[in-house]
Amino acid sequence: MQYHDIVIVGGGPAGLAAAIAARKTGISDILILERDNVLGGILNQCIHNGFGLHTFKEELTGPEYAARYIAQVEEEKIPYRLSTIVADITHDRQVTYINREEGLVTIQAGAVILAMGCRERPRGALNTPGYRPAGIYSAGTAQRLMNIEGYLVGREAVILGSGDIGLIMARRMTLEGAKVKVVAEIMPYSGGLKRNIVQCLDDYGIPLKLSHTVVDIHGKDRLTGVTIAEVDENKNPIPGTEEYYSCDTLLLSVGLIPENELSKGAGISLNRVTSGPNVNDRLETEAEGIYACGNVLHVHDLVDFVSQEAALAGENAAEYVKRKAALAGERNAAETAPAEKNAAAAAESEEDERPGYAEPDRHTIPLVAADGVRYTVPQFLETSGMRDTVTVRFRVADVYKDRYISVYYDDQLISRKKKKVLAPGEMEQVVLTKKSLAGYPHMKRITIRTEVE
Amino acid sequence: MSKQQYDTDVAVIGGGVTGCAVARELSRYDLKICLLERTEDVCSGTSKANSAIIHAGYDAAAGSLMAKMNVEGNRLMDRLAADLDIPFRRNGSLVLCFSEEDMPGLQALYVRGVTNGVPGLRVLSGDEARQMEPNLTDEVVAALYAPTGGIVCPFNMTIALAENACENGVEFRFLTEVTEIRRSGEGYELTVREAEPSGAGAVRTISARFVVNAAGVYADRFHNMVSRRRISITPRRGTYCLLDQEAGRHVDKTIFQLPGKYGKGILVTPTVHGNLLIGPTAADIGDKEGTCTTAEELAEVTAKSARGVKNIPYRQVITSFAGLRAHEAGHEFILGEPEDAPGFFDAAGIESPGLSSAPAIGVYLAEMIARKSGAPAKEHFIATRKGIPHVAAMDREARAALIAERPDYGTIVCRCENVSEGEIVDSIRRPLGARSLDGIKRRVRQGMGRCQAGFCTPRTMEILSRETGIPMEKICKNQPGSEMITGEA
Repeated sequence: MQYHDIVIVGGGPAGLAAAIAARKTGISDILILERDNVLGGILNQCIHNGFGLHTFKEELTGPEYAARYIAQVEEEKIPYRLSTIVADITHDRQVTYINREEGLVTIQAGAVILAMGCRERPRGALNTPGYRPAGIYSAGTAQRLMNIEGYLVGREAVILGSGDIGLIMARRMTLEGAKVKVVAEIMPYSGGLKRNIVQCLDDYGIPLKLSHTVVDIHGKDRLTGVTIAEVDENKNPIPGTEEYYSCDTLLLSVGLIPENELSKGAGISLNRVTSGPNVNDRLETEAEGIYACGNVLHVHDLVDFVSQEAALAGENAAEYVKRKAALAGERNAAETAPAEKNAAAAAESEEDERPGYAEPDRHTIPLVAADGVRYTVPQFLETSGMRDTVTVRFRVADVYKDRYISVYYDDQLISRKKKKVLAPGEMEQVVLTKKSLAGYPHMKRITIRTEVE
Repeated sequence: MSKQQYDTDVAVIGGGVTGCAVARELSRYDLKICLLERTEDVCSGTSKANSAIIHAGYDAAAGSLMAKMNVEGNRLMDRLAADLDIPFRRNGSLVLCFSEEDMPGLQALYVRGVTNGVPGLRVLSGDEARQMEPNLTDEVVAALYAPTGGIVCPFNMTIALAENACENGVEFRFLTEVTEIRRSGEGYELTVREAEPSGAGAVRTISARFVVNAAGVYADRFHNMVSRRRISITPRRGTYCLLDQEAGRHVDKTIFQLPGKYGKGILVTPTVHGNLLIGPTAADIGDKEGTCTTAEELAEVTAKSARGVKNIPYRQVITSFAGLRAHEAGHEFILGEPEDAPGFFDAAGIESPGLSSAPAIGVYLAEMIARKSGAPAKEHFIATRKGIPHVAAMDREARAALIAERPDYGTIVCRCENVSEGEIVDSIRRPLGARSLDGIKRRVRQGMGRCQAGFCTPRTMEILSRETGIPMEKICKNQPGSEMITGEA
């Protein structure tokens, strides 16, 4: 069986940033496996600008942002395989992939980085009644058809869901000469970034109807129209509010789902809220040596944060591989040593069999999301191997004005920060320092919550 | 008197499972056979949207054609599935009884089943049933267990029958709608409109010695063109929800509910491909094209299914759909010649258990027509057919060998269902190959998974265009009019 120090599943923004960071941390034997026929992932179809403001302090398009990372991967001569699908990952890091040149290949990986990204929630998951004609696309599929393949998906469109891809596609279709009649959003607020609502809808006079959804789909062959209705606070359509819109296209931007089928196959449990793996502060999943980053871990708003997170996963995976190598070296040395030392080595080896981050003095502290905070990534902190600072990312459950984001160590308030507006469409973060944990050796939990006062 | 000349010996109207089964069985005989299908592919109507079940045969009234065809069709399935490489599994079925007062109904079903010749029936206590299916609710007081109940891929069953018929010489004409049938001498003259992808349809006539009317919800229309003994078929809509394969092991057997004071129940079943399927509702509607789902019927599916099976993970619904059963007022299959229309063979009123009965109906009508025509059996009937390899289900060595031989089996296009480019290419290149995205989906399950073709649509369109020469702008979801794109950006 082939061996590679680090195998990265996915060559999108997360996989690329992880690979580069791992290389810079001193691991040379890296392999990126990418299912598409180019690196860059979904960025390739995001031809609009707005990427990279945090990372490069300038506004790039998706392909430009990807190109900068791809250039580094090429420069560092990090190997990758394209048009390659990973079929299976085991708990002990055997990765099986398939492509047309090599057929089926199984690799033993020192560490694995999961960077598979996410998929769009389809119409079927909404259980929207009506017919099933052509002309109903998830926004990302339409985006690919338009921006990569060069085809118009329709002339008159209604968009359901105000996620960022939906908003971007409203503008994109308008620019291609299509008429976008309305964007309907079932929630009383948009799931997208504020700047996208302004730049993609407001600037083009496209109405955004909050608390509205599609209640019927018309047309047997190609879509001929949809019926939209207002919904009550329980998201049930209000009779009498139905409005018919003729259109040949319905785009859905109704949520993204991390693609964790492989993670599940490896026996990694998923978080109910994020649909991504539960990870510690090193972004290591329950399976030792398997790390996760980017949209497979939790859906991000900005690619810059994906890159940051992925770089951290890359560094940690690299350190893990190095530490294992060092440990193996010690063990080899111990084989010739007296019996006493041998026993110690055996104990250490047992320690290694435990799932999770293998440190003898580990102290695992769960991070708890409460009072309007929906989740946190990471979900656990392990003080022993902790870096000086840990960035905790999360989203809130609703639109909140003038609230604090507070951090508690057990019942002790550690920090609070006032935010004028908090919205589910924007990712939030707090930074925990290792220093601040020093006085709490027996802490049971860290809680992150929103507070009114 | 000189012998009348016909364009074809037998014209079969309708490329659903019934029409394809009749065509396949007829192709055993020395006959010229032509199957006329209105849409671009076989399996485009009732056959594509149903419970995907091979019923055991205890439901239909004793002595009815329905009972006879169901039990015989069920019996034929093992051989047919083996011969034609059809995904089929005898998972067994349970009919749930929820109250002591309904017990006589369950007993009656048992007795009817025994009378109909259904093997192995047993009445189980609630606890025995729960032991068999741990996710049954505590409301279940008893159940009828039928070990011969099965699940099948209705698409591949229909397609397999069609491909095998084609290989045995049956001519398939797609996008060919029969608009009129007239008696002509001893035979019939059919007027057909051939839809061109451009929409400009050519009108032609086809003369046939015999006609088989397997037109599903439209069978009454054709029957009534030639017979004064009128029949009336009401489309009875059934709405279903399909759940992710993660939910596919929630039950192992097909779980029916005994019709009781709460009306006809909803079934919960695994599919042969490992999804979970729940449905159907039953709503009589006027529109023979009314395959839309409604909020009410979708809600009914959810609400009623929960009665017999607990903890169904409704969050994992990946799609919902509705199909139309061809319900005839007498609730009986109409098979054979009307008294006043010799040579015209009905296969009408084929509602549930139509899929289960199709193999038997095929044999029944083919034998009838063969007898009447005097056509001898062919010497070289090809009885078997091999399906498209499902590469992901193969063991490692076989899969590797196949990829070495055909590298496009190594390029996965549909990542949810693990469908390779090679399989998609096969689905197009085969006899009666797919000409639409739905056609590909029904043959190899591309786009059938949890992302519902989100990722693989563009690539599949490209492959279809490349393989058939159909320009991208003309690539359709199914029949002309369902074009996927409207032009170049």
